[in-house]
Amino acid sequence: MYVAVKGGERAIDNAHAWLAEERRGDTSVNELSVAQIREQLALAVNRVMAEGSLYDPDLAALAIKQARGDLIEAIFLIRAYRTTLPRFCGSNPIQTEGMKCDRRVSATFKDAPGGQVLGPTFDYTHRLLDFKLAADGEVAEAPIGNTTEGPTPHIMSFLDREELIQSEPIGEETPADLTRTPLELPASRALRLQSLTRADEGFILGMAYSTQRGYARNHAFVAELRIGAVVVEMNIPELGFSIEIGEITVTECETVNQFTGSKTEPPQFTRGYGLVFGMTERKAISMALVDRALRWKELGEDDLGAPAQDEEFVLYHSDNIQATGFLEHIKLPHYVDFQSELELIRKLRREAQTNIAQEAAQ
Amino acid sequence: MQTHCLEGGFLNQPIDASHAFRAIMIAMARPGEISVVAGVKPPEPMSTAAGTVLLTLCDPETPLFLAPSHDTPQIRDWITFYTGAPFTVAEHAIFAIGAWDQLPLAVFPCGTAEYPDRSTTLIVELPTLTSSGAMLSGPGIKDQTELSLPGTKIFQDNARLFPLGLDFIFTCGGCIAALPRTTRVS
Amino acid sequence: MSDYNFAYLDEQTKRMIRRAILKGLAIPGYQVPFASREMPMPYGWGTGGVQVSAAVLTPDDTFKVIDQGADDTTNAVSIRRFFQKTAGIAVTEATADASVIQTRHRIPEQVLRSDQIIVYQVPIPEPLRFLEPSEVETRKMHSLEEYGLMHVKLYEDISQHGDIATAYAYPVKVEGRYVMDPSPIPKFDNPKLEMAGIQLFGAGREQRIYAIPPYTKVVSLDFEDYPFQPTKADHACDLCAATDSYLDELIVDDEGSRMFMCSDTDYCSTRRKQGHNGAQGVPYAEDAA
Repeated sequence: MYVAVKGGERAIDNAHAWLAEERRGDTSVNELSVAQIREQLALAVNRVMAEGSLYDPDLAALAIKQARGDLIEAIFLIRAYRTTLPRFCGSNPIQTEGMKCDRRVSATFKDAPGGQVLGPTFDYTHRLLDFKLAADGEVAEAPIGNTTEGPTPHIMSFLDREELIQSEPIGEETPADLTRTPLELPASRALRLQSLTRADEGFILGMAYSTQRGYARNHAFVAELRIGAVVVEMNIPELGFSIEIGEITVTECETVNQFTGSKTEPPQFTRGYGLVFGMTERKAISMALVDRALRWKELGEDDLGAPAQDEEFVLYHSDNIQATGFLEHIKLPHYVDFQSELELIRKLRREAQTNIAQEAAQ
Repeated sequence: MQTHCLEGGFLNQPIDASHAFRAIMIAMARPGEISVVAGVKPPEPMSTAAGTVLLTLCDPETPLFLAPSHDTPQIRDWITFYTGAPFTVAEHAIFAIGAWDQLPLAVFPCGTAEYPDRSTTLIVELPTLTSSGAMLSGPGIKDQTELSLPGTKIFQDNARLFPLGLDFIFTCGGCIAALPRTTRVS
Repeated sequence: MSDYNFAYLDEQTKRMIRRAILKGLAIPGYQVPFASREMPMPYGWGTGGVQVSAAVLTPDDTFKVIDQGADDTTNAVSIRRFFQKTAGIAVTEATADASVIQTRHRIPEQVLRSDQIIVYQVPIPEPLRFLEPSEVETRKMHSLEEYGLMHVKLYEDISQHGDIATAYAYPVKVEGRYVMDPSPIPKFDNPKLEMAGIQLFGAGREQRIYAIPPYTKVVSLDFEDYPFQPTKADHACDLCAATDSYLDELIVDDEGSRMFMCSDTDYCSTRRKQGHNGAQGVPYAEDAA
């Protein structure tokens, strides 16, 4: 005699209780504070803010703690929280030429006004495990240099003056909001960039890398990579002027790519662009390369059939929250569908075996 | 803004809107079936039912066309206060509201082949709304049903555009009925 | 109740979804794009259905959630709890008592009434997707009513296997116009798609909503010489002896012995309460005790 299995509710409660215990881990080890994560795992926090599309280091740090360090899970927590927030208004576009740069490098000029500033980079560190960090993590203070006052002009502006780079006029129209309107194809560049900046870092990295290896190669030079704080301003129509509402750190990457031109038009370099919340330079560079690859149509290039050129492929598969949800849903029960497949395959096998038997008999 | 423009909306927005939407959805799913809504008091000459539809479905994302019958400062203020829906010409309307003979039917968008949903939904204020008159059949209707439509040929022409076409919500007092593009009228 | 807005979603989001539902009902079988929101549950786990339910539910509703036909599967439990918490609504496992039913992969065995609404969770709403991966292309095909590709696929099945090799998510044509994915229900359920209740389909990740009004013509695609056949396991339910319900197949011992039971748990227990007893079942009262 068979008694039907029940108990979904109790199983869920017990699983969640166990998860909470596992999250805390061994209680003889000090609990991690949100502030510690925010300060000492800042690059993880930055990635969660960028792909969660919400600039709030404390919430991102909390999400990382709650997610046990699973960054995609943390991004998911932030995204779900973000959708519940009311929208008061839109800010003015940020002005990155006014950025207080912590880091600013150009690969296209040996030096330029504003200088090359390495900043807090892993570049040129030897990737040797530092066992001192395992003992005590206290470090000597870094020396403080002279900072140059005043704005740091974009490297691109020098090429622009000579008309060597294709110009990108300021659009008057407010672009559609990817999180408020369903994605429609073909997507405008503004919409593509919105999608890329919150896209999965690994996916965008892979796509960008594929362009470097020849799948729609577009020969990118990093004209400039800059990281630093910019002010966010909001226009108050009643006052007739803008007020500063805060400051965010962003990473901006501008690439100079292979030129276009024709018999009637003098050749010009083309651009790729990346802009990402926080200190996230791998993502920003990747974004610029993929942005440039996706621009083949508007720049009159050939469709080489490369994955990074296929806007539908890139935009529909770059969101890690969509991807992970759908991927992981296959662990949910599918026994009804599977049952219908079982019946079908048994029927087809029966029919095939009958046919074989009949043919053998003849 | 006059004070009465700030009155007559939903008392409890999430709950009232949920009931109102159920009535509207049933109307659209069962063409010809008359539902009753209550609670909203828009400025004259807008009916309770039409006001309820606007408050349930309209917001800053839905450009609205006002037929002359409903283009009064009081109605404009009321709609702006409660929904924030921008006013527009018929060519760009997502929703339109007014008396039957004042709606320029030929001008409203009826969708595109790839996006037939991008068509105007018209809220038509009628002096009477009863279950007798034109014969209706099609999706949502078991065999056939009757509704006091303000015309016949215009709806037959509209149905011929399917999958394109306009969708109609008829209102009278607190009563509401609908006629989507799929309904065959005779 | 809770700090959340009624049924979790903010009112502007609900209005956007409600507008999409109305257009879906006006164009049966056509997939209306909507700006799906990130929900506090993963994409692929019913976010489309949850958003549609949130836009449709009123405080007077009685809500039922099933997954694979069962009320007590974990994801069904999770979604039911979500609405208990955020909408404070009554819930039930009895199909007859529900005014709104959210489902994944099944249509209840009991015929739905005209005052009932069923909301389907849809993973891939595009019936042509596995034949043509590009959304731009499939949208064009729908606009031109160009469904040749689908018929070629079904025909190739017949030439290779002697039968149409689609057992679930079996495509249908709605009101003679749009080819539609009925969500991954077994094809056994396809005939039920012509019903008195309102059917709403939500695909969250793919950002599509579509609908079938009551009494709409829904035809499963087939060929004259290979007519559509709804199929199920050729057994009776081992618990309630039903012969007309879709069955789950369970492996019950190390030798691989099988038993069959209704996938619709409410249908099965209702029959057992009525005294029906299958080959391996115990009377309902003993089980409950």
